[in-house]
Amino acid sequence: MKKNSKDLTIHFMPYSEIASLGSLERIKRILGLVLENKLIILQGRLKPEEETKLIENTMTLIGNIKDFQGIEISSLSGSVEKTIFEKIRRNIVKILIGEQDSITLIGPANLVKEIRKDPKKIELILKRR
Amino acid sequence: MSLISKIKEKFFNFFKIKKEIKLGFYGPPNAGKTSLANKICQDWVGEEIGRVSKIPHETREIQFKEKVFIEKDGKKLEFKIIDTPGIATKIDFEDFLKFGLSKKEAQKRAREATQGIIESIKWLEDMDAVVVVLDATLNPFSQVNITIVGNLAARKIPVLIAANKIDLKKANVKKVIGAFPEYEVVGISARSGEGIDDFYDALFKLVKKIK
Repeated sequence: MKKNSKDLTIHFMPYSEIASLGSLERIKRILGLVLENKLIILQGRLKPEEETKLIENTMTLIGNIKDFQGIEISSLSGSVEKTIFEKIRRNIVKILIGEQDSITLIGPANLVKEIRKDPKKIELILKRR
Repeated sequence: MSLISKIKEKFFNFFKIKKEIKLGFYGPPNAGKTSLANKICQDWVGEEIGRVSKIPHETREIQFKEKVFIEKDGKKLEFKIIDTPGIATKIDFEDFLKFGLSKKEAQKRAREATQGIIESIKWLEDMDAVVVVLDATLNPFSQVNITIVGNLAARKIPVLIAANKIDLKKANVKKVIGAFPEYEVVGISARSGEGIDDFYDALFKLVKKIK
């Protein structure tokens, strides 16, 4: 089927798609999809240092790629730990298999107007096309 | 511990206290980083560090003020105040047009702002301690805030959160505290000076966490 330029593509990215990649490859993969005007729903989340690298690379692209204004990104954690035991357990799981019980939305700023977040939910507001 | 080790420890601790503390001001654009840095510099040096404006990304280069001595309860500490450009994930030059800038000026500002953000991120690891300045009238759960705090935590850099603009009706310091329960949050108004004494108290506590 031919894709219309006004079509919106949502790319569901299971954690397995980036699990074996290094940080730079992860960022390249994500930005590659964003530049194709796709909205990414990632299972899991990036490490804080990967998020800053993503912002740095985004800033480098703005101005070098026509009409690219940057990204919108927001992560939602899967569980809220109440006890120290739960925190320790979650940290061990995080070290072993990454933060897979989170979800991250990443999209191009020319498509995503705003991502509103409170601790329990994310609202995605898209621009009219 | 032998007597020599004790003397050595005292000797190094003495110089550690004397050392200049690199204190960074981080946060999203228009949160009031420069206003707070200006307030501190005015209080202790008598001059400002940078210009403030309602137009986002007014600070587009790292700004310093060295030899800022702050005194509290008879204790004096030397700071190097480092004011950084606001971190954002997007920049659209058209947003600046709304503030009356020409297209050329807006494009220049956008270009400089992207470079400023890259600089801010690069400087993160050089800080001894950081004050994350947030606008208390806005939703504190934005990813930029979480990313900044997460990065500082990963680098084991002590963080103090300044919930700024408490002079405004919409300010909600409790919400900021709720968003960052593991950190000390101080409500302040860099403009009116409200809460600044509590800020200095928290700053001296923060310095103790520097390793």
